[in-house]
Amino acid sequence: MADLQRLEDTLKRDGGQVRDAGPEDAVDGVPATAVARPVSADGVAAVLRETTAQGLATVARGAGTALDWGAPPERVDLILDTTGLDRLVEHGSGDLVVVAEAGLPVATLAETVRAAGQELVVDLPPERLAAGSTVGGALSTGASGPRRLQRGGIRDLVLGATVVLADGTVASSGGKVVKNVAGYDLAKLLTGAYGTLGIVVRAAFRLHPVRPDRAFVVATGPSADVAARARGVVGSQLAPAAVELDRPVGSEVAEVAVLLEGTGGAVGQRAAAVVEILGGRVQGEPPEWWAALPGAEVSTGSTRGGGDVTYAKATATLTGVADLLAAAQDAEQRYGVGVALRGSAGGVLHAAVTGTPEATAAAVGHLRGAASSPREGTVTVLRASREVRAALDAWGPVGGLDLMRAIKSRLDPGRNVAPGRFVGGI
Amino acid sequence: MVGNASAALDVVIAELVDALGGERVITDRQRRRTYECDGLAAYRVVPGVVVLAQSADDVAASVRACARHAVPFVARGSGTGLSGGALPHSEGVLVVMSQMRTIREADVENQRAVVDPGVINLQLTAATSPDGYYFAPDPSSQSVCSIGGNVAENSGGAHCLKYGFTTNHVTGVDLVTPAGEQVEIGGKAPDPPGYDLLGALVGSEGTLGIVTAATVRLTRLPQEVRTLLAAFRSMDDAGAATSAIIAAGVIPAAIEMMDALAIEAAEAAVHCNYPAGAGAVLVVELDGPSPDVAGEFDDVVRLCEEAGSFEVRVAADDDERALIWKGRKSAFAAVGRISPDYIVQDGVIPRTALPLVLRQIAALGESAGVRVANVFHAGDGNLHPLVLFDGAVEGAVERAEAVAGGILDLCLEHGGSITGEHGVGADKAKHMPRMFTPDDLETMQAVRCAFDPEGISNPGKVFPTPRLCGEQPGRHRGAHPLAESGVAEVF
Repeated sequence: MADLQRLEDTLKRDGGQVRDAGPEDAVDGVPATAVARPVSADGVAAVLRETTAQGLATVARGAGTALDWGAPPERVDLILDTTGLDRLVEHGSGDLVVVAEAGLPVATLAETVRAAGQELVVDLPPERLAAGSTVGGALSTGASGPRRLQRGGIRDLVLGATVVLADGTVASSGGKVVKNVAGYDLAKLLTGAYGTLGIVVRAAFRLHPVRPDRAFVVATGPSADVAARARGVVGSQLAPAAVELDRPVGSEVAEVAVLLEGTGGAVGQRAAAVVEILGGRVQGEPPEWWAALPGAEVSTGSTRGGGDVTYAKATATLTGVADLLAAAQDAEQRYGVGVALRGSAGGVLHAAVTGTPEATAAAVGHLRGAASSPREGTVTVLRASREVRAALDAWGPVGGLDLMRAIKSRLDPGRNVAPGRFVGGI
Repeated sequence: MVGNASAALDVVIAELVDALGGERVITDRQRRRTYECDGLAAYRVVPGVVVLAQSADDVAASVRACARHAVPFVARGSGTGLSGGALPHSEGVLVVMSQMRTIREADVENQRAVVDPGVINLQLTAATSPDGYYFAPDPSSQSVCSIGGNVAENSGGAHCLKYGFTTNHVTGVDLVTPAGEQVEIGGKAPDPPGYDLLGALVGSEGTLGIVTAATVRLTRLPQEVRTLLAAFRSMDDAGAATSAIIAAGVIPAAIEMMDALAIEAAEAAVHCNYPAGAGAVLVVELDGPSPDVAGEFDDVVRLCEEAGSFEVRVAADDDERALIWKGRKSAFAAVGRISPDYIVQDGVIPRTALPLVLRQIAALGESAGVRVANVFHAGDGNLHPLVLFDGAVEGAVERAEAVAGGILDLCLEHGGSITGEHGVGADKAKHMPRMFTPDDLETMQAVRCAFDPEGISNPGKVFPTPRLCGEQPGRHRGAHPLAESGVAEVF
């Protein structure tokens, strides 16, 4: 490990800190040498200028709730802890816009904008939210929750971002207005990039007014049947805010929960119309699995040390969702694995696969096969043990990989930020 | 240089004729002149050669020829853009996409359509509305503009307040890279793995390659649409009504505002019969499930009246709705009735700054002796001031341009943007440094270099200064990196 003294001197000036890393700072099993906690974008820039000049590898960390998503980095010299950048920069309530630093917990942001009757519709898994998941973490992992069906994913809500590149360049794109087509939309490029293009230090998001009324319609039945009825709701004129499916491990039945949001009592009428399509019952509260990652019941929190649960993100066309559910059941029978599947009938779901590395690899392959081509659906592994990663192709086929490599090479030519964490070894 | 460039172009023309046949390669100067401008006629350049592409292979062959000889190319759809984004290059190839206009697949079950880039925006809605679907982005040129152009410009429209822009509706593209390679990105499923290349491509104004097919979302037609026209004595009152509607938590499909001068022009042109004596009108449209729309519509009417509206008209049927929209949608062209010439400006402010900025725009116009008509998307703060002038009067053009530029200054002062939907193109490239730092622009250029290291894909657009990418993307370091890179990289 090279000279950290200069880093420390630089950071001290604006209140940041550097310390030696401990075992708890390892990133998915890859040990780190030091942890820097700057408190400003300039501090982040100073850190990266210094570490990159020394040829070191830096990995950003927010609350660390999804630090073991994506491939483990090839090497980690420095952890850049973003939680010192935790200011809510601006809440333009009349403009339905919020600007926040990357280290601000999403829950804190939510609390602030809630006071004005507004919300950032990212619907993080409750376990991540409770553990302090940050704005930068939610953006960098491309978080996806139930209401993206109607409001879009986080990439559709982000209006602008400021990133610090590996060489310390501080660059902004977009802005803080809802409508803006000036320049490249680099905020989208940074979304879901797992910190491999630079370290996001600030982002602006579009907010929505909280809808005062809501109702859930919940129904259960054979997977194929439930999937077909869920698709009927997605294709209706009832404007569901979310249509979520849950298929537990080893189950031939699935549950569907539809969220309706609105004003002035109209929600009740729509809920009744949804019941006509779906069957089931109307309730005021979501089912307990709502927005959570699947398979919590089998993980017992042991995954961090390289346990046996593999988490994946699965995408599909609307009609392909039923195929994915069928493939889950099929994979269980063929390979002796457990496959829990949960997510939006709009075609973005999460899977939890339990089994040996070989069986898990076979099951992931089988889930991929549910779509006739990668353009119709993909399965990417988010979190897995070393053994499972060694047994499978975590990302699957990636369209435009050469362009992605070129972007990485232009923005981080020395591979100094989060090397190896992304598709194709980026 | 010109001689060399011409020689390179001649070689490219020969190769194009070889690859595509002479009929699809236009070299005749008179015919080339047809393409000298897009919707922003103030900029005109006769293209070096025009290719009428009929397939992705045609496009790839054309781009490969350009790449081999470092000749620039520009893609053009319907040519309705308002920022000179499709302005041709005099020593380059103009690739015309308008003959590729087949809807390859309308997959309503999956709420997706796969279209050629030349497919007209409204053509897709017309094809899918019998099944209960439509293509949501609706720029006012939607009856003629192409979806490929929408992708390039990230087009919006009156209804993007609720439904988002083109970038929210594209899930896949086939791209011909500036090296001439054909790449498939995304598809019908959401969230393709890897970097969000679609996010970078949509709205990149043709500077990252040419899209030869797009997979787009089809949106379910709403159960109910209700439209009202509310007349106010002043812009302030109309602005207050807009704020009250948003503050009430209503997300209308559209809220459009026009001032007295814009109303006058629309009346002269299309006799839309807006209420007499109005200093401003609001067009508010709500859509969605019937019970919700009914409830929220009553709220909107009440909020307009509370804000001082002296007349609220509710469209009773589709014809009446069309008449209300006719005035708004014809406003740009209608200004031609009251002024020989005009500049359509496109800027964005935070919506809450609306009343103040409108007063500032009025003051700006008054002090310069220039009339400004205002038409805009009030819900999202996207202004379209129409700066009126008579080009025959000496100094009038300059005064109008100064006012139009001053309006952008106001947008930036209030934390807004120099363009909300028309794009940067050739027209506003010079303004980019007012909104972005050199480091911001350098970083965008680095992404451009990743796609287009030779700088041949629609050069001269978006960025104020060209940048040589270099073989090794050596990043700058040190205290004054841009001074260094300015010397090293700008030619």
